[in-house]
Amino acid sequence: MAKVTQLNVNGSWRTVDADADASLLVVLRDQLDLTGSKYGCGEGQCGACTVLINGSARRSCITQVGTIGQKQITTIEGLAKGDRLHPVQEAFLAQAAMQCAYCTSGMIMSAVALLKANNNPTEGEIRHFMEGNICRCGTHPRIVAAIRSAAEEMKHS
Amino acid sequence: MSDEAHEIPLEPERYELRAGPAYWFEVDRRDFFKFLGAGILVVCALKGTRGQESGSGRRSSGEEVPREIGGWLHLGQNGTVTVYTGKVEVGQNIRTSLSQAVAEELVIPVSKVEMVMGDTKLTPYDMGTFGSRTTPTMSPQLRKAAAAARELLIGLAASQWKVDGGRLVAAEGKITDPETKRSVEYAALIKGQELTQTISAEDGLMPAGKWRVQGQSEAKVQGSEFVTGKHRYPSDQKVPEMLHGKILRPAAFGATLASIDTGEAERIPGVTVVHDGNFVGVAAPSTEIAARAIAAIRAEWKVEPQPSNQDLFEYLKKNVAEGDDPTGDGSRYETGAVEKALATAEHRLLQTYTVRYIAHAPLEPRAAVAEWSGDELTVWTGTQRPFGVRSELAEAFRIPEERVRVLMPDTGSAYGGKHTGEAAVEAARLARAAKRPVKLVWTREEEFTWAYFRPAGVIEVSGGVRGDGTLVAWEFHNYNSGSAGIRSYYDVANQRIEFHETRSPLRQGSYRALAATANHFARESFMDELARQVGMDPLEFRRKNLKNERLRAVFEAAAKKFGWGRAKVAGQGFGMGGGFEKAGNVATCAEVAVDRTSGEVKVVRVVTAFECGAIVNPDNLRNQIEGSNIMGLGGALFEAIEFENGKVLNGRFSSYRVPRFSDVPVLETVLLDRKDIPSAGAGECPMIGLAPAIGNAIFDATGVRLRSLPMVPDGLRVA
Repeated sequence: MAKVTQLNVNGSWRTVDADADASLLVVLRDQLDLTGSKYGCGEGQCGACTVLINGSARRSCITQVGTIGQKQITTIEGLAKGDRLHPVQEAFLAQAAMQCAYCTSGMIMSAVALLKANNNPTEGEIRHFMEGNICRCGTHPRIVAAIRSAAEEMKHS
Repeated sequence: MSDEAHEIPLEPERYELRAGPAYWFEVDRRDFFKFLGAGILVVCALKGTRGQESGSGRRSSGEEVPREIGGWLHLGQNGTVTVYTGKVEVGQNIRTSLSQAVAEELVIPVSKVEMVMGDTKLTPYDMGTFGSRTTPTMSPQLRKAAAAARELLIGLAASQWKVDGGRLVAAEGKITDPETKRSVEYAALIKGQELTQTISAEDGLMPAGKWRVQGQSEAKVQGSEFVTGKHRYPSDQKVPEMLHGKILRPAAFGATLASIDTGEAERIPGVTVVHDGNFVGVAAPSTEIAARAIAAIRAEWKVEPQPSNQDLFEYLKKNVAEGDDPTGDGSRYETGAVEKALATAEHRLLQTYTVRYIAHAPLEPRAAVAEWSGDELTVWTGTQRPFGVRSELAEAFRIPEERVRVLMPDTGSAYGGKHTGEAAVEAARLARAAKRPVKLVWTREEEFTWAYFRPAGVIEVSGGVRGDGTLVAWEFHNYNSGSAGIRSYYDVANQRIEFHETRSPLRQGSYRALAATANHFARESFMDELARQVGMDPLEFRRKNLKNERLRAVFEAAAKKFGWGRAKVAGQGFGMGGGFEKAGNVATCAEVAVDRTSGEVKVVRVVTAFECGAIVNPDNLRNQIEGSNIMGLGGALFEAIEFENGKVLNGRFSSYRVPRFSDVPVLETVLLDRKDIPSAGAGECPMIGLAPAIGNAIFDATGVRLRSLPMVPDGLRVA
């Protein structure tokens, strides 16, 4: 099987050693120690593993590393600029949009992708876009509020 | 005012209280300081310390710390406060509210408090984090310890300045003398000293009316660790030389191994195969190789025929453990003469309600990293009972508990579903064979299948009502689902209430709010049915039969906010439900919209009024109430485990439906803050009113009465 030896993650080329059909999530977590992306289901149903690939939200658990090539991967670890959190991260803190927070990485990455595509989403559009992300603690209304307030914040900055 | 709800004892729940053997904490105070450094150590001894009854012949030398400790707190020379408790964080944000409690009494910022939680080597024994017990039990203990440390510091300053301690004030990490304007930092007072104080759990506390830190919406401590992905959950733990484990699961529940060939798996480089009785697993350098090794094992399992969910309720009724109070836990209550009262009542009703098995489905599945050093075992795992898991490990490997250390990093939720240590034991078994540390993370399918379920149950209720709406007879039988919340808070002169233990076809255990969800669903649906039969408004009917002021207050607050009694349009329905559980009071009003053509049921709006004594953290309380309602939606509307012949048929998120963004109604919360009542936990009670409120609203909209949870897994079939 073809091997993947390099991935562009959070702005730099990283050396990996993976079969082309290996799950991106496993490579990120086990080879690059980027454990912010979480395993929740392994079938792209819960969104806990969401990363950005060239700016679009992708479920890394069902993304084979062989399909990525030169594309840029952004994980939750690559979102903040130094100590400066991304507005979506700030908004999740401000709205207390988490309990156990295991879903939070995936929620934030999905939200960032949404706001990239639509900088002023309605509540309905947010719910629709976020439908594939599961939060078992039930913080959904706070997550919607956080995404709304991040959108406002990003408009003004 | 009588407060009868408080007189109903908190009944121990058989699926929850799994007390380990009493633990004797034996350590010399000098050992504490060796490990912690100089400073002030305050130890909170539990009420009824048994040290003196042990008959061990040991004398108390004054150098030993008490043997049964709730928690302890250390104030170091550098001014840091470290609090040690066996409680754990699973998303209920107890790390934050306990930090608030300590900061309050020590008069320091919350950021100065560090909590060490759920580490069996460092924290005192704790039975576990469940039953909404942390706020009412651990929080007062830690507050007392912090208050004692504060008084000790005041005493030190007073003797240093030779003034009366009564006039000194503690604030922001300093003791100040308002008369001389002198002040000294806590750290400076401590320097080099080793001071110990033992306090008893009965000492007094700062009243809620005077709180400054508690009662405030303090943000989740270490919140930025979670939004940046830095926090390491149990499944994120990593140690050098670590291998990855995987288990070969049996073909069905209770299956036994008939034959096995592990030869091919063993030939894969780097793979260790363990076959020990029915346990078959591998340790490998990567998760891919582990999966390949498991796939290479040929195993045949012997499977016994087992019931399926089609026969579930019949099975439960047929498999009752008969006899006089068979459970022996007093789960039978009787007063007055039920038959006579039923016979003479103007209105009578008998109904049966059922609840299915559901799964907790915590987003982080069970996970553990196990490492042996000689015959000493260290395990990082996500569990609500680190000390219980330590016992499981000690038992499994026949080693003393002292050689086992369990650490519990803040975990990706539990909801009552992580009392046990399966992954810990499995990882440790693989690690012992591989002679390397092993990490094991259960797959979602494993978590759905091999954890345990919320018990299914059948509940039969009969009641009798006088023409004026007075409840006169109440009989309530719960088969299997549990006894939590089984007792009625409505005032009925003649009652018979009984929990019937049965054989369960599936492995069952605690689930957030336990059987209170099922028992309130039955009771509050039945109350609605009776109200309709008598021709009374459901709120009016409840008021007529409810004396408890705290419960009346939440029902009235919810109804007011909801706009109870307003006109509705076609397809719209309103319903209410509520009750008392874990020392909290809740009332929930729901609005549903039913599309009769498609059968779609949409919960549009939910108003919850909640009262749990003095509120510790209002925003976190709202968060818990919202979360309870959203989680509760799943069990109310569509969650159910499908099983057949020892197999779970829908053990994936693609086939087991949990609430998602589009399911979530408008949620409004009314908090009643009772500063005169001790704070109770709030992780469980808020969910119990939701299912009956929705069921009653569906009836209100359609005239269709749904008596089974989940109510509309495939939409509403209106005849």
